[in-house]
Amino acid sequence: MNPLLDVSGLKASYGRAQVLFGLSFQLEPGEVTALIGRNGAGKTTTLKAIVSLIPAQADRLVFKGHPISGLSTYRIARLGLGYVPEDRRIFTDLTVEENLEVGRQGARPGRSPWTPERLFRLFPNLATMKRRRGNEMSGGEQQMLSIARTLMGNPDAILLDEPSEGIAPVLVQAMAEAVRAMKSEGVAILLSEQNWAFAAAVADKACVIERGEMRYQGPMADFMNDEALRRQTLGV
Amino acid sequence: MDLSFILIQALNGLASASSLFITACGLTLVFGVTRIVNFAHGSLYMVGAYTAATLVPRLLEMSYGPATFWAGIVLSALVVGLIGILLEILLLRRIYRAPELFQLLATFGVVLVFQDLVVQIFGPQDILGPRAPGLRQPIEILGRRFPSYELALIIAGPIVLGAVWLLLRRTRFGILVRAATQDRDMVAALGVNQALLFTGTLFCGAFLAGLGGALQIPRVAANTGMDLSVIAECFVVTVVGGMGSVPGAFLAALIIGQLQAFGILIFPKSTLVVVFLLMALVLAIRPNGFFGRPEATGGSHVVGIASRAPVRSGPLLMIAVLVVLAALPLIADPYLLKVATEILILALFAFSLQLLIGVGGLVSFGHAAFFGLGAYGAALAVKWLEASMFVAVPSGLLLAGAGGALIGAFLVRLSGIYLAMMTLAAAQILYAVAFQWVDVTGGDNGIIGVWPPAWAGPRAIYYLLTLAVTAIALFGLTRLIDAPFGYALRAARDSEPRAESIGLAVRRHRWLAFVAAGAGAGLAGALYAFSRGSVDPSLLGIPTSVDALTMLLLGGIQALTGPLAGAAVLHALRDWIMPLTPFWRLLLGLSIITMVLIFPRGLVGTVFHGREERA
Repeated sequence: MNPLLDVSGLKASYGRAQVLFGLSFQLEPGEVTALIGRNGAGKTTTLKAIVSLIPAQADRLVFKGHPISGLSTYRIARLGLGYVPEDRRIFTDLTVEENLEVGRQGARPGRSPWTPERLFRLFPNLATMKRRRGNEMSGGEQQMLSIARTLMGNPDAILLDEPSEGIAPVLVQAMAEAVRAMKSEGVAILLSEQNWAFAAAVADKACVIERGEMRYQGPMADFMNDEALRRQTLGV
Repeated sequence: MDLSFILIQALNGLASASSLFITACGLTLVFGVTRIVNFAHGSLYMVGAYTAATLVPRLLEMSYGPATFWAGIVLSALVVGLIGILLEILLLRRIYRAPELFQLLATFGVVLVFQDLVVQIFGPQDILGPRAPGLRQPIEILGRRFPSYELALIIAGPIVLGAVWLLLRRTRFGILVRAATQDRDMVAALGVNQALLFTGTLFCGAFLAGLGGALQIPRVAANTGMDLSVIAECFVVTVVGGMGSVPGAFLAALIIGQLQAFGILIFPKSTLVVVFLLMALVLAIRPNGFFGRPEATGGSHVVGIASRAPVRSGPLLMIAVLVVLAALPLIADPYLLKVATEILILALFAFSLQLLIGVGGLVSFGHAAFFGLGAYGAALAVKWLEASMFVAVPSGLLLAGAGGALIGAFLVRLSGIYLAMMTLAAAQILYAVAFQWVDVTGGDNGIIGVWPPAWAGPRAIYYLLTLAVTAIALFGLTRLIDAPFGYALRAARDSEPRAESIGLAVRRHRWLAFVAAGAGAGLAGALYAFSRGSVDPSLLGIPTSVDALTMLLLGGIQALTGPLAGAAVLHALRDWIMPLTPFWRLLLGLSIITMVLIFPRGLVGTVFHGREERA
């Protein structure tokens, strides 16, 4: 089977400083892959480069059989590749319902589309604040809304940047539930995480990045069991 | 002053508030989404008025009635909306990420293009539109007659406010517009085609500008000056209301409408003075207007002179240039000397602007204020005090320096686009004062008979005098820029918080920059007055400010010597081409747009850049 997202030789720079040095990995349909690495390793840059939010070069950048290298951001999103940024970027002047409306795209064949009602079942605390504005929500609630907003575009895959960062510990568990629920709906997820315990709880596969280069790729379980490898790549 | 009079004045104020709001609302909507202050918004308003004044009478000939009239107004606005779409696709789309100075200049280029096109298409005469069928009879209010069309205008404002509110709150397009106002990239990451969204916004904004203009035709004849007068008022409304805020624009328009209606009783000469006082007050309390928010964009949007190693042969080169310039009277005829004198003066004018923009990052769109103050200061000293040139020129310099101190004191709190719009508004106020205070300034005719003493009368002598004064002034300004003062300004330009955190008094430095730049421009203005023998309000006008900016852009903002080259090239070109064609403004406008799009470094900047690339 062809991978859903096929990345090979991905390079990106900020000005003259090169940040990514030819990353290659694949995301299979319905699978959760965790990009693990320390602060500054290049995880966020990888996600932004894939959706064209920053300029990047790649030998191969293919999503659902479409080359997406050089495509504008909105076209990539229309193809069904969602992006949830690290800083959530909720539209703070808009209500929860309006935020969801911005993310809405047409249904995709063969799948029942996400609706606000379905999303409120997935994220019950959003259901209690439908008319609340983004700037009146906690960090965790904004994170939920950011994910829900991207799901409104009925994506086949989501790039999820640091979902567990900066939210209350009690919500981390809920976030893990949400990731599993999305997976069970058939959405593939590429997750960037510093918190490898969170990654371990939800991911099938681990990709460890260090200074813009891939250090390890393999099943998450193997990575968790191999303490020497963890110490070598993450220092934990 | 009885009750009925007050009521009528208040109604008049409401009527002008309505028309102002409708136009300003489009400007603020477009700014909210695109972050571009569209200078050409006033031109769209003017095109709306001309289109309606031409179209509606024809429609009324076919079928006379209120429905036809209003349909014609809306149709004219739709035509302008289509022009807005073209404007977005052809120009704005290419400059969304450009520094705001370039955005303003490019859209001002559009203003110039429209000025010539409107004359070509609609003819040079003012066109008064027909009166609205069904609203021809005045109605009686407390025994006074009041035009019923004004009542219709009073109703139109809230209708437009309601319609825009519904559009923004109740439609998907509106929700997307509001989202894009906050975070364009995220909207794109959610699969929304920004290009369509922006084009749609420009259509709405242009439609509103066209509507505002079209609604004027029964009260004001469509004329070629309405673009710049309305844009200055719109700037005030949007800044006071808060950039991007539609309710803010409505509130500001209401207040300004009333201030103008009643201010005329206090300052019969210039209602704009009252408006300016309001603006100063509001911005002193709320720097972002009633409902505005601080601009997120900052550092990356500033362009300015770059640091580079001093050229070793620099001083020698300068002396050589001076010698060549001083030898010019040996070969040149009086006409050429007059042109050369003006070029020197304009070079000083543009260079003083470079101190604000290139060094300080303070994008001033009203530098003509200081040029004009200098010219008027000198001319008024001659007219009222019978001063000689040697007293009059320093008076001009002092007046302009004082103007810089006063205007600067209000402006140093502001930055970016607010600063640009406020400097423009300040210059427009001075323009209005010079234009309306006929007893003192001579109004439109200005002041004549501002001549140098007999011995300095010959062109060659005056040229050499100008050369000496400008050389000294330029040298002084250069020293200022190379001194710690200049470095502090540049630090604040590149990052205000960082400059403040190392202990630089950013606001005081900026204020001093305004004083110095004002004095420099004032000196140029005073010299100019004596070179031409007269002053008139156009010296204070927006086109004069834009001339200075064009010289800067032409020469290159990154290079210190850019404005000197820019002044020479622009003035020489103007002198050569303007008599040959009725399309000078069109050509100038297109050249400005072209420069912004493909040549943003300017002449000197490109030379330097090329040399550095090779190095």
